[in-house]
Amino acid sequence: MGKSLLDKVWDAHSVRELPSGPTQLFIGLHLIHEVTSPQAFASIRDMGAAVRFPARTFATVDHIIPTDSQARPLSDPLAEAILVELEKNCAEHDITFFDLPSRKQGIVHVVGPELGLTQPGMTIACGDSHTSTHGAFGSVAFGIGTSQVRDVLATQCLAMARPGVRRIEVNGKLGGGVYAKDVILDIIRRLGVKGGIGFAYEYAGSAIEAMSLEERMTVCNMSIEGGARAGYVNPDDTTFEYLRGREYAPSGEAWERAVTWWRGIASDSDAEYADRVEIPAESIAPTVTWGINPGQSAGVDEPLPRVDDLPIDERASADEALRFMGLHGGEPLLGTRIDVAFIGSCTNGRISDLREAARVARTGRVASHVRALVVPGSHEVARQAEAEGLPEVFREAGFQWREPGCSMCLAMNPDKLAGRELCASSSNRNFKGRQGSPTGRTLLMSPAMVAAAAVKGEVSDVREVL
Amino acid sequence: MSGSEPRLRVEGRACVLRGDDIDTDRIIPARFMRVVTFDGLGEHLFEDDRSQAKGDHPIDDERFAGAEILIVGRNFGCGSSREHAPQALMRRGFHAFVGASFAEIFFGNCVSLGLPCATLSEAALAEVMDSVELEPTQEIVLDVASRTLTHRGGTIPVEIPDGAHTQLVEGTWNATAVLLEAGEAIDATAARLPYVQGF
Repeated sequence: MGKSLLDKVWDAHSVRELPSGPTQLFIGLHLIHEVTSPQAFASIRDMGAAVRFPARTFATVDHIIPTDSQARPLSDPLAEAILVELEKNCAEHDITFFDLPSRKQGIVHVVGPELGLTQPGMTIACGDSHTSTHGAFGSVAFGIGTSQVRDVLATQCLAMARPGVRRIEVNGKLGGGVYAKDVILDIIRRLGVKGGIGFAYEYAGSAIEAMSLEERMTVCNMSIEGGARAGYVNPDDTTFEYLRGREYAPSGEAWERAVTWWRGIASDSDAEYADRVEIPAESIAPTVTWGINPGQSAGVDEPLPRVDDLPIDERASADEALRFMGLHGGEPLLGTRIDVAFIGSCTNGRISDLREAARVARTGRVASHVRALVVPGSHEVARQAEAEGLPEVFREAGFQWREPGCSMCLAMNPDKLAGRELCASSSNRNFKGRQGSPTGRTLLMSPAMVAAAAVKGEVSDVREVL
Repeated sequence: MSGSEPRLRVEGRACVLRGDDIDTDRIIPARFMRVVTFDGLGEHLFEDDRSQAKGDHPIDDERFAGAEILIVGRNFGCGSSREHAPQALMRRGFHAFVGASFAEIFFGNCVSLGLPCATLSEAALAEVMDSVELEPTQEIVLDVASRTLTHRGGTIPVEIPDGAHTQLVEGTWNATAVLLEAGEAIDATAARLPYVQGF
């Protein structure tokens, strides 16, 4: 029997098996941000410990950063204090910090890949659940808590139990107007928000192989929303072409050696899996969430479920969701009036996302009752967008073009919903209160669908716009 | 430094929080994470849910005052990896969690803080929830070592996975000290990895 990528990477990074059962796993790349790291630094300071491999940790600031003016000091003194703390910690421990003046700042899961830090075969950890994004390169990447950030700083290791691997094959060709976001929303809808607990998801099949690296990142990003702590795609020529020439990618003779190693780390064709799932690409429609977890979704023109038609153990949750959202079973989301449109986040804040949204923005103007924000995932994404004239396209259509950061995905900065506003959002979570208003409501969808909703002023089918 | 003591049992009153898929944004809304320490997070535990419930939330229910054990439904703690969630619960006085299932990162964060998460069958859970709601002043005992839960209705088995069980019972849940013991084996692993060596 062959081995999966997960098993190969796990074995290569295993320092030892711990007496309590889990593996002591070496972490090849550690990414940190301002929100989940300060307590970890304080903790190693209290222990009198040093950062074991400072060259293997990289920092950026994303969660609390404002997207209107990023001039220092930041207008929110709490945000400024957190940023100062990160600057201090990075300086004290010799950690590279992609700060605002470096012009490399952005969302941690956008910055790592675009700088070529994220590479196949690595173990990657970050104090953020969307670290699974980096699995798009064929790395094993997972989100960790602050105590584990402390573990990695002090030892470059984590105590981790090896997950089983579920192979999810999406075969066939996606229809027009159907994006990577729809694929992952569909997967979560089928397998449930806790279906992935204990698993790493291996995404495969012709529809995944045909995706660009950025699309694969969107899929892997939301693995955790399906309960899977990690998700990955086996590395292939698409992966290598994406990496070639990036700042931290190997070059010269090392490049060839790297590609050889990367090819070898992919799952063997006869690898054994704990579970397998197959999904026909043609069955996936533009998908929108209607509830308060990312598994509660439907095709845009499909009637929402009636509570009584659902399995008994889903009824309470669906009933709570529909009431909170003010939506009704039996009716489709199509035509639902929105208040806010948000394009951005580590799920869908990359250049290809902005290009697709801009295609739609060119077809009209933002409806007069809608507040629409476009937040690029990083300064690099913003630069590329500017080179292509995208900010003008968005501004002319009535969208706000803003500075990079996590923004209204989780509203730790001033970008928030107000009251019960309904937001068409390209982000990853529709939890109650997620976008900054305790009663605010979120409809997750692809960036092109968000742009279509902004222009029409209501949930729309992007297939009819493009 | 070992930094951790064995966590053999948690006893005290319990609080019942019904509902599935309660995510970490609800446990501690993100706006309260604009801090550089975990101090004071307990005050904002379930803040938005509580304000919408206008006092009718289990956390504000007098009958559950002083509870040490939180009893929850399925997939508790899903969503964000923020350790602020178990930190807020711990700082509010909860030292153990009993439920149908827990999200993986939340579970791991709890172990890192020496907080046991025990699971039991849906039927047994329903019985425990009813028992505590009927008689909130009763003393509940989660015996981590023997993996049992004792309430007014009797003593029942609970599940705590072996790895977490060992860490809690042996007092090795603060992983840093354990990981540091590997010493040069860490460097040896790094030296075997082509990318660490620049290919």
